[in-house]
Amino acid sequence: MTEKEALFSYCLRLGDDALIHSYRLSEWCRNAPMLEEDLALTNFALDLTGRARALLTYAGEIEGKGRTEDDLAYRREERHYFNNLICELPKGDFATTIVRLLFTATQEHLFYSELTHSQDGTLAAIAAKTVKEAQYHMVHASDWVRRLGLGTEESHERLERAIDELCPYTGEMFETDKVVAVLQDKNIAVDNAAIRSNWKTYIEDILREVGVMVPGSQHMQTGGRKGIHTEYMGHILTEMQYLQRTYPDATW
Amino acid sequence: MELLKHSEEENEESLKHFEEKIERGDSIEPRDTMPEAYRKHLIRQMSQHAHSEVIGMQPEGNWITRAPSLRARQILLAKIQDEGGHGLYLYSATETLGISRDEMIAQLHAGKAKYSNIFNYPALTWADIGAIGWLVDGAAIVNQVSLQRTSYGPYSRAMVRICKEESFHQRQGYEIMTKMIRGTSEQQQMAQDAMNRWWWPSLMMFGPHDSESPHTGDAFRWRIKRHSNDELRQKFIDKTVQQAEVIGLTIPDEDLKWNEEKGHYDHGPIDWDEFYRVITGNGPCNRQRIAHHKKVHDDGAWVRIAAAAYRERIKKQNDNQ
Ligand SMILES: [Fe+2]
Ligand SMILES: [Fe+2]
Ligand SMILES: [Fe+2]
Repeated sequence: MTEKEALFSYCLRLGDDALIHSYRLSEWCRNAPMLEEDLALTNFALDLTGRARALLTYAGEIEGKGRTEDDLAYRREERHYFNNLICELPKGDFATTIVRLLFTATQEHLFYSELTHSQDGTLAAIAAKTVKEAQYHMVHASDWVRRLGLGTEESHERLERAIDELCPYTGEMFETDKVVAVLQDKNIAVDNAAIRSNWKTYIEDILREVGVMVPGSQHMQTGGRKGIHTEYMGHILTEMQYLQRTYPDATW
Repeated sequence: MELLKHSEEENEESLKHFEEKIERGDSIEPRDTMPEAYRKHLIRQMSQHAHSEVIGMQPEGNWITRAPSLRARQILLAKIQDEGGHGLYLYSATETLGISRDEMIAQLHAGKAKYSNIFNYPALTWADIGAIGWLVDGAAIVNQVSLQRTSYGPYSRAMVRICKEESFHQRQGYEIMTKMIRGTSEQQQMAQDAMNRWWWPSLMMFGPHDSESPHTGDAFRWRIKRHSNDELRQKFIDKTVQQAEVIGLTIPDEDLKWNEEKGHYDHGPIDWDEFYRVITGNGPCNRQRIAHHKKVHDDGAWVRIAAAAYRERIKKQNDNQ
């Protein structure tokens, strides 16, 4: 694997995380429990869409075949999307969305803080902008974890259930493979495994604070980085790619 | 008795003060004494406006997950988010009149408060997203610009803030229509079809003709309304016909023609039967819009209750310290 190939994959992965998670967040627009939260979740969907644009545009440039952000976002087969599975799981209830945001934004905050030191200038610049957003998302999710965890019996139960459901999808965020190794050698990529313990500490602390049992070690789902998805992914693409596939000659 | 008489006199005094302020064109502020009918009129109009912003999120929301480019997704999300912000801002402004957001939402669900009729029409293709921004927001702007000088201070200030964003929405909608009319033949057809479906309902947004409008009298006297329905409608038609011509869209009105003498476009008859049919609940989407709003509200109840319980808990903690 050449450095260029690895970098292309790396950008696609990060771009797809943002692309697909933003799709799920955008499903809350007009559907949130209160208007204030509708605006907040839509804002996060906007942040992530912006991040997806930057990363996919850069991926296209690295590849050098003239593919744009939209070619990459809308014209790939399912097996060629490389987001972590946690991004594509259904929107679920509000607790599910908050827990997903807590898990991913905490990881992203740590990850992109490291990525600001990347030898790749473009990635470092994208990271610098992303760190602030991820931190904001993390704080927002943490505030809601406290409200739900310490609010009512029902909200506490829903929070517990969401944590239980999403935990098996957190392992992927810390996986490493050839793509990462090649780029780590050049000081371009982040050591995924190294940020795991900080992530774990933050999550465990906040869950303990609200009296939720921290799940022990368990089997972790995997496949996203290889393009092997959950059954939900095809439905996202069906909807997202609808216009692009129905009118392949059109520009919008 | 003595006391009552005294307060009646005082009341009369401050109502006179209200009339004088209206006369001078000063703005009325929440603490000012105002006639009960003025307050009621404003609550009805402002809550209807707030509900319109929020219900209006639904037809456009129907296309978020199918937006055809990442830029289009961003623009649409940001636009709908703006509308939610307008709703929030207008609910707060209405609350200064002594009604809570919960009460307003309950009135909406009970069918006692209305929202703009236009949102009872469906958004069927991507061109509808263009048509809504261009025509619906375009019509809303004409109305809202006029309301910038409405007599109630909080309402007038809300309008000033909102109008800035609405003109963005209108331009973005027009941009979608322009792109589609310059696109493939399928896109062109979609654009014209959207135009055909949204034109007449947009004209109806301004309400019945001046000769038919029941509230016109009071609203004018109190300077809540500054321009008549027909005046505003005419303004919208005049600016929009030209925009349509520039990009080659046809206005679906055979009687539409420039009237040299008046310096305005004449238009054909509006189908008021349709207007009243939709306003009385039989438009294509009336039931879905309210059902959706209710469902979201009910589904989210546990979250709001949890947030309130948490607030209470923190308050107790602080009190005990
Ligand atoms: Fe509006
Ligand atoms: Fe608005
Ligand atoms: Fe608008």
